Amino acid sequence: MAMNLKEIEKHIKECLPDAIVEIQDLAGDGNHYSATVISSKFFGKSKIEQHKMVYSSLKGKMGNELHALAIKTKEK
Amino acid sequence: MDQQVKDLIENELNDNEVCLFMKGTTDAPQCGFSMAVINMLKILEVNFKGINVLENQQIREGIKEFSEWPTIPQLYIKKEFVGGCDIVKEMYENGELKKILENKGINFKK
Repeated sequence: MAMNLKEIEKHIKECLPDAIVEIQDLAGDGNHYSATVISSKFFGKSKIEQHKMVYSSLKGKMGNELHALAIKTKEK
Repeated sequence: MDQQVKDLIENELNDNEVCLFMKGTTDAPQCGFSMAVINMLKILEVNFKGINVLENQQIREGIKEFSEWPTIPQLYIKKEFVGGCDIVKEMYENGELKKILENKGINFKK
C-alpha cells in the first residue's frame, strides 16, 4: 500500500495549519518521499520533537502505509 | 510493551555506549537509511553496536514504542535517543553530532 503526495500534505496541514509543506516523490513509486515542513509551531522545540509532530500528524501511517519519508523541519 | 522486550532493549543500551537499531548488519545494511547512518559513524570512527531489527520482530516493533519513534534506524548515545537518519544527517553536517559525542565522552576521529 502506498500513500499519495496530496494525502501526506493534507495530514500534515491538518495538524500544522500554518505549515509550508514541500513534498517530493523521490523514487516515483509512491512509497519514498521527502518532506520539508516549515511551521511556527516548531519554535522552541528540539529536532526530535519537531519530527515527532510531523510523524504524529500522519496518524500511525508512518512505517505502515508509508514506507519512507525523509523529513526536514524548519521554524517559520 | 512486553517487559521482556523492554529488558532486551535496555540491556543493549546499558551495555553499549553507542547503539544503532538498524535493518541488516553493519557490514551488509539492508536499507539505505540505515546504511547512511552507519557510513557517518564509520567516517567518524565511532565504535558502535548495530542491532539488526530484522532478526527480531519483537525488538523491531518494541523499539518504535520505546523511543516513540515510528521508523528505523534509531541512534542512541549513552542511552539517549539522538534521532533517525534525517536528524543524524543534519547533525553530522552542522557539527552537532561531534559535539554530542564529545560531551558524552565517546571516542571519535576529530
